[in-house]
Amino acid sequence: MADFISFFTLADANVRFVLFGSLLIGATGGMLGTFAVLRRRSLMGDALAHAALPGVALAFMLTGSKSLPVLITGATVTGVLGVLIIQFIVNNTRIKADAALGIVLSVFFGVGIVLLTHIQGSGVGNQSGLDKFLFGQAAAMVHDDIIVMAVLSVAIIVVVLLFYKEFKALIFDPKFLQSLGISVRVTDLILMGLIVLTVMVGLQAVGVVLIAAMLITPAVAARFWTQRLHVLVILSALIGGLSGAAGTFLSSQAPRVPTGPVMVLVATGFFVFSALFGPRRGLVSRLRRLRHNELRERRHHFLRAVIKLREADPDTHAFTHEELAAELEWDPARVRREARRLVRAGAAVIDKASGEVRVDHVRLTQRGTAEGTFIVKSHRLWEHYLVYRDILSADHVDRPADEVEHLLTPELIGRLEDILQREHGLDPKSVVNIHETGSGYRPHGREEAEKVAS
Amino acid sequence: MNADEKKKSPERASSVQLLDGVDPSRIPIQIHDMTIAYHRKPVLWDVDLDVPEGKLVGIVGPNGAGKSTMITSIMDLVPKASGWVKIYGEPYEKMRRSIGYVPQRESVDWDFPISALEVVTMGRYGRLGWIRRPGREDRRAAEEALDKVGMGEYANRQISQLSGGQQQRVFLARALAQDTQIYLMDEPFAGVDSATEQAIIDILMELRKQDKTILVVHHDLQTVTRYFDWVIMLNMRVVASGPTAEVFTDENLHKTYGGRLTVLSQAAEAVQDYERGRG
Repeated sequence: MADFISFFTLADANVRFVLFGSLLIGATGGMLGTFAVLRRRSLMGDALAHAALPGVALAFMLTGSKSLPVLITGATVTGVLGVLIIQFIVNNTRIKADAALGIVLSVFFGVGIVLLTHIQGSGVGNQSGLDKFLFGQAAAMVHDDIIVMAVLSVAIIVVVLLFYKEFKALIFDPKFLQSLGISVRVTDLILMGLIVLTVMVGLQAVGVVLIAAMLITPAVAARFWTQRLHVLVILSALIGGLSGAAGTFLSSQAPRVPTGPVMVLVATGFFVFSALFGPRRGLVSRLRRLRHNELRERRHHFLRAVIKLREADPDTHAFTHEELAAELEWDPARVRREARRLVRAGAAVIDKASGEVRVDHVRLTQRGTAEGTFIVKSHRLWEHYLVYRDILSADHVDRPADEVEHLLTPELIGRLEDILQREHGLDPKSVVNIHETGSGYRPHGREEAEKVAS
Repeated sequence: MNADEKKKSPERASSVQLLDGVDPSRIPIQIHDMTIAYHRKPVLWDVDLDVPEGKLVGIVGPNGAGKSTMITSIMDLVPKASGWVKIYGEPYEKMRRSIGYVPQRESVDWDFPISALEVVTMGRYGRLGWIRRPGREDRRAAEEALDKVGMGEYANRQISQLSGGQQQRVFLARALAQDTQIYLMDEPFAGVDSATEQAIIDILMELRKQDKTILVVHHDLQTVTRYFDWVIMLNMRVVASGPTAEVFTDENLHKTYGGRLTVLSQAAEAVQDYERGRG
């Protein structure tokens, strides 16, 4: 408990430092991850990290030093070597990138484990701690390590800011960037270099096994919230930083729990939340949109059915649920539900007792009638348009007619009327359903509605 | 026109009009003896071509004729197996800033998280060079370019929320923001509605009025005579190049789209097979 409090209040300078370090690492990972993911290089980070393990071990075996710069150098050498081998395999054999990545990643990782085991068994006094590179232990970072990491992180962030414009164009339209005389190869090299450095900096805190997740997860989580690259980069850095700090904090509460997995779990929490509740792309908002479309479609069908029945018998305005169910080919229960929904929306009324026979009848209000006639009219105009023009050229239009009728705006309908009138001499006032001859479109919607209302 | 000195390829058609006797520094694009190969398979053979100044030039030909390759090779985006390209008599590296480029719309991912204005601002990156950030001036130029293509009010839209025609206009605006003497456009009319097509052609005519030279890869043969002053007919080699009225003939169309070039494509296949067998 005392631990908890001291951590929470950040009273301990060392704790404060570790927390600051993991925050920086997370933020850098999130930042670079955005570019790696958008450039479809996110798995490259995974290969890099796994291939870095033998480098860590070798660097220790050769120098006997555990200082971070030495280990990072070793890690970088084998990491980059691994990536180069992948490139070589892809360029010179028929093996595809995913298989090449799998081969190199596992071979290098395997060698790393063998070397680590060897070091563990060799009884070298200060070897313990090297295995922390597997799953990461932020708390094991000493003062000097954190200084090195902080300096590197800040350097990475500065370089990203410097080349932000180039990275943006590189990912969006490399051919265009090249045509401007800004070398795609050099830009790509800088970006890859930064990704390498980011992975190496985070190695000790997050571990080789999971560091790729610190590149990918914050970026994909942030993508749910924004449509702007600069916001995406900032948000991803923020999520990464928070995950880093939270992971360090939580893992410090339970001794022996490595930092990497906890960080990744926290980041994944951010991801799940974003995937559920992100605006537009999130699951909840997509379901809501689907539901909204479905309801609108149902309502349109209902209104259209009423208008059609009224056209068939101009003297009748109110219909039983059964009549409507027959016209719509719906289950009567569904007709009732939809009718109630329309009543709530003020588009229909249900006659409770209108004198003689017609009890429990549905009739449209002025509002419902106006909307219904508009839908019938759009549908028929649209059908006419499709018949007259075999090529659909308007920007809005690339769906089949039945789907489109729900999306036609009054403005578009106006344009359709113009086109049909001007180019085909069609009088929109007399638009007839081309499928069901005999059921003509009557432009009396408003008058009828007024009659009903009065 | 007399192209005898350059006559090297036996298949060269006489209907390629070169600007012999014109000061090279007045010729926007000169291509000499250029052959392009992808993975050792030649896609363009022995191209000799002059593009005159201030003209709206159409590049037509069947699929796989090398139309896009022609454009990208002018900008040195693909390696040349042989030959050279000169821009106003100078090598491309020196004249980079005088060429604006509109790639095919499908060549990029429109789900990328940036706004229309940001895309157009990229047209200014060339003059900015490395690291320097776009300033107020660049922003103004980008906004102006967007206005010119009628997309001013969409400046802050994310690009995936634009229609195909609008995306194409954004690409055109980006080239306008480059403000160059020469424009190379790869199928700017592909998949756009007729209103956008008209808007784009109006802008191209406007550019021509300012003596700019515009090369357009084009698919719709119906509109060639209406749109272009000069036409380059391509099918792995230059079948014809010259004023539309003179070279856009049935005979040349037949040569371009007919089966006449199967010899060349067969040769290309053979070369590739040979290389593959050896490798």
